[in-house]
This record gives sequence, structure tokens and C-alpha cells, in this order.
Amino acid sequence: MSNRFRFILIGSILTFASAFGGLVLLPVWGLGNFEQVPDPETGEMIPPLLTNQEQRGLQVYVKNGCIYCHSQQVHPERARTDLARGWGSRRTVAHDYMNQGRAQLGTMRTGPDLSNIGVRNPSLTWHLLHLYDPQTTSPGSIMPPFRFLFEEQEIGEAGPSPDALSIPAGFAPPEGREVVPTAEVLDLVAYLQSLRLSEYEVPEAAAARIESVIE
Amino acid sequence: MTASDFTKTEGLSASPAAQREMLQRRLEIDRAARWPVGIFLGSSILWLVLGSLLALAASIKMHDPEFLANNPWLTFGRVRPAHLNVVAYGWLSTAGIGIGLWILSRLCGVAIEEYRSLALAALLWNVGNVVGTWGILRGDSTAVEWLEYPTYAAPFLLISFAFVTMTAFSIMRRRRPGHIYISQFYIMAGFIWLPALFFTAHGLLVLFPVQAPAQPPINWWYAHNVLGLWFTPIALGAVYYLIPKIIGKPIHSYYLSIIGFWSLAFFYAWNGMHHLIGGPYPAFLITASVVASVMMFIPVVTVAINHHFTMIGHFKDLKYSPTLRFVVFGAMSYTLVSFQGSLSAIRELNYITHFTHYTIAHAHLGAYAFASMVFFGAIYYIMPRLLEREWPSRGLIRMHFWGSAIGITIYFVMLSRGGLLQGIELNLKETPFMEIVEATIPYLKWRSVGGSLMTIGHLAFMVSFVWMVIDRRNRGSEPTLFANRKPGETKSAS
Repeated sequence: MSNRFRFILIGSILTFASAFGGLVLLPVWGLGNFEQVPDPETGEMIPPLLTNQEQRGLQVYVKNGCIYCHSQQVHPERARTDLARGWGSRRTVAHDYMNQGRAQLGTMRTGPDLSNIGVRNPSLTWHLLHLYDPQTTSPGSIMPPFRFLFEEQEIGEAGPSPDALSIPAGFAPPEGREVVPTAEVLDLVAYLQSLRLSEYEVPEAAAARIESVIE
Repeated sequence: MTASDFTKTEGLSASPAAQREMLQRRLEIDRAARWPVGIFLGSSILWLVLGSLLALAASIKMHDPEFLANNPWLTFGRVRPAHLNVVAYGWLSTAGIGIGLWILSRLCGVAIEEYRSLALAALLWNVGNVVGTWGILRGDSTAVEWLEYPTYAAPFLLISFAFVTMTAFSIMRRRRPGHIYISQFYIMAGFIWLPALFFTAHGLLVLFPVQAPAQPPINWWYAHNVLGLWFTPIALGAVYYLIPKIIGKPIHSYYLSIIGFWSLAFFYAWNGMHHLIGGPYPAFLITASVVASVMMFIPVVTVAINHHFTMIGHFKDLKYSPTLRFVVFGAMSYTLVSFQGSLSAIRELNYITHFTHYTIAHAHLGAYAFASMVFFGAIYYIMPRLLEREWPSRGLIRMHFWGSAIGITIYFVMLSRGGLLQGIELNLKETPFMEIVEATIPYLKWRSVGGSLMTIGHLAFMVSFVWMVIDRRNRGSEPTLFANRKPGETKSAS
């Protein structure tokens, strides 16, 4: 191996290592060890860890690729109009994500940001209907329907199931049939309801609130 | 490199005996490469077609959400990452490995000794892609952008790539004494960087995930570098090899090419955080990437001067040589996409373009108009040499070029416009969200039109390739050019 070739090898490794240090090691050390803190008012530990059901819901979110249209990061007003659109009460900070097993910050806003969807829209019924067919709640939406997360079945002898969705006319299944949510979609909605990233008073929250409104 | 270096090593003015010896050596190199490189290139074209079909499905779903909506395997959120991974690992990486190894072998003047194990590695690489794509569609996507293949696909890809990198080292170690070309720099570096990137990122994000807040920086360090430290070096290596080969003239400046290489190696690696501008991260981390992104002007300008100045005086060759036409289209797109990328990283512009279709258009200008077009050109150049046969139909190549060129132009122009509109409206708090969605729909439809044209081009490419492989009678004595050269004009390779 000539010196020239060794020079290419060592150089390629060194340049690579410099960015590895800056963009991999530094984040792992500086942003990878957050801990829960007591809420200054209630003393509860925040941000709360995801429940088992919410964790399963995050898996449903992950495997069906919600991230490709929905971000989970509220930006300060200097950059965008997230606060004005009601997507969060302050910008999100790294600490807010410590309870998420897999970060789903996203890079696309074909649909609205979901950082605080649990605050903005906590309704189970709304989410189920919206997932079953977005046109029922948001006419004109280009979000795909997730009917495969529901089961359509005959209405039994004992009458309609208590879990059956009440679907608006025009979207409802044929007479004598009903739509019930699967466990998967209930997990997903539980996860969505848990998304309140800007809501917890982590130590960085006060500064983030001030920074959020600087234009 | 001086002109005399070039003619000496390339044998343009060598004695007849030396020329015969060199031709014999090239024949041996190509025969050793036939199976492994042939498998890499052939399978990459199948992945290209599959990736195009997945892309079309995803694109149509964006303006017609009921399209293929009832099968969970084909929901948008699975088809889209399947498209990305199929084109990134199935098409671009598979073609990139084949092209990189073949150019390396030719420039080093030695045959691939490990062609049997390398052919197995090519099969293993394909198994990894099949398993990964199947995994995403069945619902095991990781939703880590650019790394959606589930963990059970990763070992196939890593083991296979280890063989590839070892083969590249073996070729470099055995190389004939003399000059090291800039293409060898780029290709060797790419073969080192990709496995390091993939291993680190898959480990820290999927297998043993670090805490969630630390994941996105690593994610974008990885994703940006797959483009910057893998597709780009292989494609630039191919451009630096092919343009001089076809027009028979050395590159404009060897010293500029060295500056271009090292500045790319240093600055590109630091670019990733510009995908998180405005996000929940320390400003200094994001600023480091913004600065590095703007500094990319240095490698880009040096490479642009080198490519375009080399071409001066030879633009008429674009009329004849399919390889040259694809490669020059790619090289020009590289200049364009890089300038655009540096500008989009500036915070004030990023506030408009981030989170919109503009970024998707930009990504396709890089991965398609630059990298894919260069790889198409390289495959048109390499296959006749591997098979000792010419391309069967000039019409099919023409259909491929124009389908791809017009398709990506429509795609890029219309989606960039739609994205800008989307970004500007998103920043006006008075515009209701649903109005923005509706305003982008015409542009999303145009994207499907552009994508359809590209797919037609890819189908022509696939037919052309299969026809070439199965038609043993078609030896061909002349390269298949777009037009026959008039007598007296200088001859160039396909």
C-alpha cells in the first residue's frame, strides 16, 4: 500500500470522525440522558412515561408511517406560525421527548403538527371517526382512510355492539352491519391522546416560552 | 494530471504492442467482472422498476387517498418508505456498488480476483433488500427516515457490503504502479463511508436505540450522508471517469479535483442538522450544519469547473453518445442541486421550504436528476464491455433518456412550485390549513405525471437490458449511438 493510498484512507476516516464526534457523540452525551423531574406545582414526575397501551400505540404510529405527513415539533414564532395555529403553547425542547421510545419529529407537514394533539383534540370518538375515514371529520383532507384498523361485522342478535362507531350517513356500512374499532386503533388513539409535548413544566420550559414568542 | 500522464496511462499514443497488451488486460478485467458486476447492475434495474411502481402508488395516493386504501400493506405510510428504501438500497446502492467496483478495477488495471464470493455477495445484497422491503410492507418499518428496513434485514446488507469493501481494498492493493485517479479517491472513500454510516446509525437508532431526543440528529447525520458520502462520491467518481473516457480528453484540473474531494469529505459529513432547523436542538449544533452546508459551495464549484470545462468544445458529442448525454445531464444537475441545497440550509429560506414538497423535489433533483442519471449513463457504458455485446435498440435508449429527462423536469418544476406555495401559505397564520392542502393538489397531480414518464423510461431501460442479455446473436460491431456519426468525425466510445 503506497503512502498515497494510505493518505486517502486516513483522511477519509478523519473527516468522517470529525462529523461523527459533532453530530453523533455530542448529541448522545448531551441530549441522550434526560431524566424525569418533579412538576413544580403538583410534584408529579414529568414528562410522564408512556403506559403500555400508549407504547403499543406508538408502534402503530410507527409501522403505518404517520411521520411521513405529520411532524411532532413546535417551532418558535420567529420561524413559523405554529403557535398562532394552536399547535402548541410553546416551542418544544429536547427534554420534552425523553418519554418517547422512538422520536417521530418528522420533516413533512402535509398534515398538521401533532406534538400536542392530545390537548388540541382529546376526543376518542373524533379520532376514531377521523381514522376510519378522514372525510367524515375533515372534508377535503388527503389523509388516507385507515379502515383496515376497524372491523365491519353483522349486527348480532343482541343488538349493536356498545363499541360500534356512529358513522355519519354516506360513510356508514350497509344496513344491518356495524363498524367496531380494533385493539390496534384504540392503542393508536391512546398514544395520540398522550401527545402533550409542550404541556409539561420541564426545567427548560420557561426559557422556551419566552423564546417562542420572539418574532 | 497533465495531458501526457493521461495519454501514457490510457495508451492513446502507446506502441501497437503496448496497445494490444492493454486491450487484452481490459478484456480479462471485464470477463472477471462479468458475473458479479452484471448481477449488481441487472438486479439494480429490477429494483428501479419496483421503486418506480411504489413511487407512483404513493404519488397517486397523495391526490386520491382512496387509491389502494384498504390493504394495510399498501397504505401510504408503508408504500412511501418502501419506495425510498427500494430506490436508495435496491436501485442506487446496488448500481453504485457495481459501477464503483468496475471503474476501480479498470483504473487499477487488475481483475477482480474474488469474483465468485463477490457474486454471492451480490445475491446476499438482493436478499437483504427483498427481506427489508417485505418487512416494511408487512408492518415492521422502523419509521427512522432512510433506515426503515427492519433489523432482520440489516445483517444481509452489512455482510454483503463487507465483502464489497474487502474486494475494493483487494483491487486497490493489487493496482498497477502509477497515478491514483480522482475517481479512485471518491469510490474508495464511498466504500469505506457507507458501511460505517449504516452500522453506526442502525445500531444507535434501531437495535440499541439511544434516548429519543438524541435520535433525530443521528438520523439526519446518517440520512444526509447516505446522499453525500455514498451516492455522491460514487456518482462523481463515475462522472470523472466517463467524461474524459468518452470525449478523449483529460479532466480540466487535477488539483481542483483534489480540493473538491477533501472539501466534500469534510463539509458534507457535517450537513445533517440542517434538516432540524427550528427544531428542539441547541442553536450551535444546527448552526454548525448550516455553515457546513454553505461551505459546500467549495467542493461544488471546483467539481463544476472541472466537469463543465472539460466538456467545453465537445458538446456536439451529446448528439451521439447515450452515456455522455445521461452523464452530462447528471453532472449539470449536481451543480444545480448543490447550489439549491446550500441556499435551502440558510435559516431564513429554510423557514419557507422546510416541511414542504419543495424538499421532496430537491431530494429528487439529487437522487434522480444527478445520481440516477449518472448511473444510467455508466450502465450504458459498462454493460457492452461486460457482455461483449452492444445495446439492441437505439430507440429504447432514446425513450429512456427522454422519459427520464422530461419526467424529472416536470416533477422538479411543478413540485418545487407547489412546495414554495405551501411554505409561504403555512407561514401566513390567516390561511386555514385545509386551504393549503387543497392548493397543493394540482402540483401533486403533476408529480404523478412526471413520475409516470420516468417510469416509462425505466421500463424501456429494463426491456433494453433484458433483450441485450438474452439475445446472444446480437454481437454488434459498432456502439449503439443516438445517431450515426458522419464520416470524418472523431469516434467516441458509447
